[in-house]
Amino acid sequence: MTENGKFRHGDPNRDSAAIIEMKNIEKHFGSVIALAGVSFDVKPGECHCLLGDNGAGKSTFIKTMSGVHQPTAGEIYFEGKPMHFDDPCDAISAGIATVHQHLAMIPLMSVSRNFFMGNEPVHRVAGIRLLDKAHADAVTMEEMRKMGINLRGPDQAVGTLSGGERQTVAIARAVYFGAKILILDEPTSALGVRQTSNVLATIDRVRKQGVGVVFISHNVRHALAVGDRFTVLNRGKTLGTAKRGEISPEELQDLMAGGQELAELEGSLGGTV
Amino acid sequence: MANAAQSTAKPDERVKEISALRKALIRPELGGIVGTVAVFTFFFLFAFDSGMFSSQGIMNWSIVSAQFMIIAVGACLLMIAGEFDLSVGSMIGFAGMMIAIFTVSYGWPVWMAILTAFALCIATGALNGWIVIRTGLPSFIVTLASLFILRGFTIFLPQVIERKTIIGGISDAAEGDWLAPIFGGKILQGLFAWLGEAGIIATFERGTNAGKPVVDGIPMLIVWAIVLIVFGHVLLTKTRFGNWIFAAGGDAEAARNSGVPVNKVKILMFMFTAFCATVFAVCQVMEFGSAGADRGLLKEFEAIIAVVIGGALLTGGYGSVLGAALGALIFGMVQQGLFFAGVESSLFRVFLGVILLGAVILNTYIRRIITGER
Repeated sequence: MTENGKFRHGDPNRDSAAIIEMKNIEKHFGSVIALAGVSFDVKPGECHCLLGDNGAGKSTFIKTMSGVHQPTAGEIYFEGKPMHFDDPCDAISAGIATVHQHLAMIPLMSVSRNFFMGNEPVHRVAGIRLLDKAHADAVTMEEMRKMGINLRGPDQAVGTLSGGERQTVAIARAVYFGAKILILDEPTSALGVRQTSNVLATIDRVRKQGVGVVFISHNVRHALAVGDRFTVLNRGKTLGTAKRGEISPEELQDLMAGGQELAELEGSLGGTV
Repeated sequence: MANAAQSTAKPDERVKEISALRKALIRPELGGIVGTVAVFTFFFLFAFDSGMFSSQGIMNWSIVSAQFMIIAVGACLLMIAGEFDLSVGSMIGFAGMMIAIFTVSYGWPVWMAILTAFALCIATGALNGWIVIRTGLPSFIVTLASLFILRGFTIFLPQVIERKTIIGGISDAAEGDWLAPIFGGKILQGLFAWLGEAGIIATFERGTNAGKPVVDGIPMLIVWAIVLIVFGHVLLTKTRFGNWIFAAGGDAEAARNSGVPVNKVKILMFMFTAFCATVFAVCQVMEFGSAGADRGLLKEFEAIIAVVIGGALLTGGYGSVLGAALGALIFGMVQQGLFFAGVESSLFRVFLGVILLGAVILNTYIRRIITGER
């Protein structure tokens, strides 16, 4: 599946500077060491997968990247300059967008109203600032068409879309509003096969526009389908970063699970995990 | 996932084409529109001879409907923003009583009393909203508390100050005041006088008013209702803030993640509801010339019923100001129409219950089609 994959993988210029570079990030919660020196970087136009089992520190790490947590130790460089995010707003205005598992979408509202929620375009009619609905509708239809979603109309409610389509709307919105880094927190975990492939295709489109994608998952197959680089976290530490083609699915799986134990388990399960 | 990249352009074969008629019908106000047509038809058939559709009759039910509309607009926007205000009725009584006490007992000018009543009620609305936001309690409980607190003061204060529960004599005080006519006056009196002379509308046949039209102008109450409906509708559907109202009620957490100032929106809507209640109270006080401790009883429920007939979702995030206005029109017509039709007045509740149930079932069905909720 990966060798003859239909996704043309991003070809990040190996020399191009990383958009964000995080060095030896540590995060302690009281006496618990959640992150013990994690290094990670994202280049424009690549999909960097962050893999790890439950409790490996994936969530803590991306929350540090998106400004929810402040690192206990370590350095963050954004576009080459040292950066410190006080809160998520700082990170968002710098261009780091997070699409959460529980989406920031309101099912009762139309796609176009959702798309521009919080960033509504206005124009003046007789001196009164009114919603520029024609503009909002046109942009929404155009962006959705680019992402391969055919809406009945911009007034179609988000509640009528499938889970994968909602993810795509959320991603398209983040990119339209100038995200340089897009963090996707387990975007495929609750989706069916077809919807998953739609989301993976969306990631591919976004990457081609030069956005750096951070794809968090614990599904190796999904990660290998679009990823350019893979970083595995285990017990708050980086187990290394591998480029595409340098690592096999089995090796990744082993790294995520911490090697040994899974090998024993797999023996009894006959390699079905 | 092989051909995922080329899945563009082709329309989804599972999305049925929707006819233009169906599209025009599928809107939040449909329940209200159907109800209004049904109620009009019913009274045209059964009460046409009763004078319900004479100029005087129309004015009669228009005024009652306009009263419902004023409070329904506030309740509608607040409900769409995801909250309730059960203190509307008490606030109407409270605002009226404050105006009466300030003008009659303390001798303030009427305009000052009106503005103070607005300030007090809007501040109470803001306090309701602030408590709901800060404690995270359901607005149902918080405003239920304000319902009792405000009603208690409305009965207590006039008893202590004037030793009675109805304070009159406001009409004399309002004479020559610049602000009072904005709530208690009438407009287009010239037009109505002309219509009377031209014989288009009924005129008094004897007495001191002989020759003058029975209906001599449009009360400011109706003007306020129309202004508030237009304002509410434009605010909700045509502005940024309107989008925030929908978002705050649809999913407050998702709205916050997208940068919508949810708390501000909700507190402002509580204040707007209080504003509408005070407009109602001032119009009523100026019309009657008195304030009573029992004014506005149960108005909060009548406002909520009008809003729900109008297609709004009780849990927030969905609704229409125009629908709420139609709900208020239905409410007013049924209440006055049954009187005209000579129907035993206790049957009003039966009729209202039937309409409420019918409209809500229809609305739920429509909403499922529009929003895809299951």
